[in-house]
Amino acid sequence: MIELQNVHKAFGDNKVLQGVNLTIQTGESMVIIGGSGTGKSVLLKSVLGLIKPDSGVIKLDGQDVATAERDAFLARFGMLFQGGALFDSLPVWQNVAFRLLRGSLKRPIEEARAIAIEKLRRVGLKSAVADLFPAELSGGMQKRVGLARAIAAEPEIIFFDEPTTGLDPIMAGVINELIREIVVEMGATAMTITHDMSSVRAIADKVAMLHDGIIQWTGPVAKLDDSGDPYLDQFIHGRAEGPIEAVR
Amino acid sequence: MTTLLFPVAAVGRTTLMILATIGQIAIYAGQTISHMFRPPFYFKEFIHAVMTIGYFSLPVVGMTAFFTGGALALQIYAGGARFNAEAVVPSIVAIGMARELGPVMGGLMVAARVASSIAAEIGTMKVTEQIDALVTLSTHPMKYLTVPRVLAATLAVPVLVAVGDLIGIMGGYVVGVTRLDFNSSAYLHNTVDFLEFIDVFSGLVKGAAFGFIVALMGCYYGMNSGRGAQGVGKATKSAVVAASVLILASNYLLTELFFSA
Ligand SMILES: Nc1ncnc2c1ncn2[C@@H]1O[C@H](COP(=O)(O)OP(=O)(O)OP(=O)(O)O)[C@@H](O)[C@H]1O
Ligand SMILES: [Mg+2]
Repeated sequence: MIELQNVHKAFGDNKVLQGVNLTIQTGESMVIIGGSGTGKSVLLKSVLGLIKPDSGVIKLDGQDVATAERDAFLARFGMLFQGGALFDSLPVWQNVAFRLLRGSLKRPIEEARAIAIEKLRRVGLKSAVADLFPAELSGGMQKRVGLARAIAAEPEIIFFDEPTTGLDPIMAGVINELIREIVVEMGATAMTITHDMSSVRAIADKVAMLHDGIIQWTGPVAKLDDSGDPYLDQFIHGRAEGPIEAVR
Repeated sequence: MTTLLFPVAAVGRTTLMILATIGQIAIYAGQTISHMFRPPFYFKEFIHAVMTIGYFSLPVVGMTAFFTGGALALQIYAGGARFNAEAVVPSIVAIGMARELGPVMGGLMVAARVASSIAAEIGTMKVTEQIDALVTLSTHPMKYLTVPRVLAATLAVPVLVAVGDLIGIMGGYVVGVTRLDFNSSAYLHNTVDFLEFIDVFSGLVKGAAFGFIVALMGCYYGMNSGRGAQGVGKATKSAVVAASVLILASNYLLTELFFSA
């Protein structure tokens, strides 16, 4: 279970998170929505400790993540970054198998490669891609390699920052299904950021909307359409008119 | 009154900033050294760094040393001729190369070549979130990126300096024999007879220090790169400038240490 209690984060004068409260149960798929620049990526990075919150507490299974033993803590996580963040000095398969080639999860090179190719197949990439370098791939392909890397070591908790942005509709469908599968079959806890409402409905157990530095609305995905929250309604229907200003 | 104090305030601010940077670099250096002695060690990264920092710098360091040795021979000949001491050319070329010009020229060339490329590479990794990705993959960026490069440079630059010394002395020899009418075997004898262990040794120690400085500056400024292409550009520039200045400053200190009476 991941708990965020009254989390604040500002960059200079830019107050991004202003008291976020959110709970994600183990084995649950939580989807975070919210306008561009509202701090969704910052929120995920705060949980991982990549960004230090100014105040507030973040707990994993009841333990404060700030005091947790870093290696053991991070070993439970997988993360897909919004920009892919592939290592451009390494070929694709070594990116995917990064964790399997060093550290506590290290295994024989042939085995690591086989797992990498299997994970690439699951995100819809042919094995021929394995020996290319990230710079030789299209944006959407890089995104999927990043996804394969995030799930390669079969972590318990997976964060996906916009997994389907830049993908064609069919590939987006494949990825949505994959994320659902990971949650249902592997029992993983997932936290996904997306702007794609069809993804939200395909992936989510619960949805949380971040707006103005706080969680404006949270609830099960079934309640999405009759929440009665004007902010959420405007957002999911993509209306220009409403309480959310278009220029932020 | 306040406007009068304006320049003073600016000087004060800059001084404080420089001091803060020096402090941060010192802390970073300390952390790097402490991580060198704690596992895990990334051997493959180390070998890769030895190749890019050491081996591939050989041509540029060799060329620099050759021309420096040649020019040195011409200058010492011209200077020596003023008091009939042309015969000192071989030994002064050798001592000058081994003590000063080999390590300093080599260090500066490596600073230009290596500090810049390390800073640009790590800076780009930083702005494209690759450093964050490393952390989430349970890999300590300092162990994976900084330690291999700093260790490789500290060990490889002395070797580069040794090779540079030899090539520089050879440059002096070629000029001495072809342009200054020195007898070939007399030139070589003179070179070997007057060169002492400490001349070469001090140069190699300098090389190790310069290698450490170059890689450390590349990593430090890369890791602290600002956002975007502009941030990486600035980090690269700062790394080369800081490495060059620190090389020259530490060269003076090491010279005092080895040779002050
Ligand atoms: N490292 C940083 N330094 C300074 N400001 C930052 C940093 N990271 C994020 N920000 C700022 O925090 C705010 C939120 O950024 P964030 O990336 O979390 O947005 P987001 O909700 O993920 O948006 P998008 O949907 O466009 O990805 C932005 O205003 C951004 O400029
Ligand atoms: Mg984002």
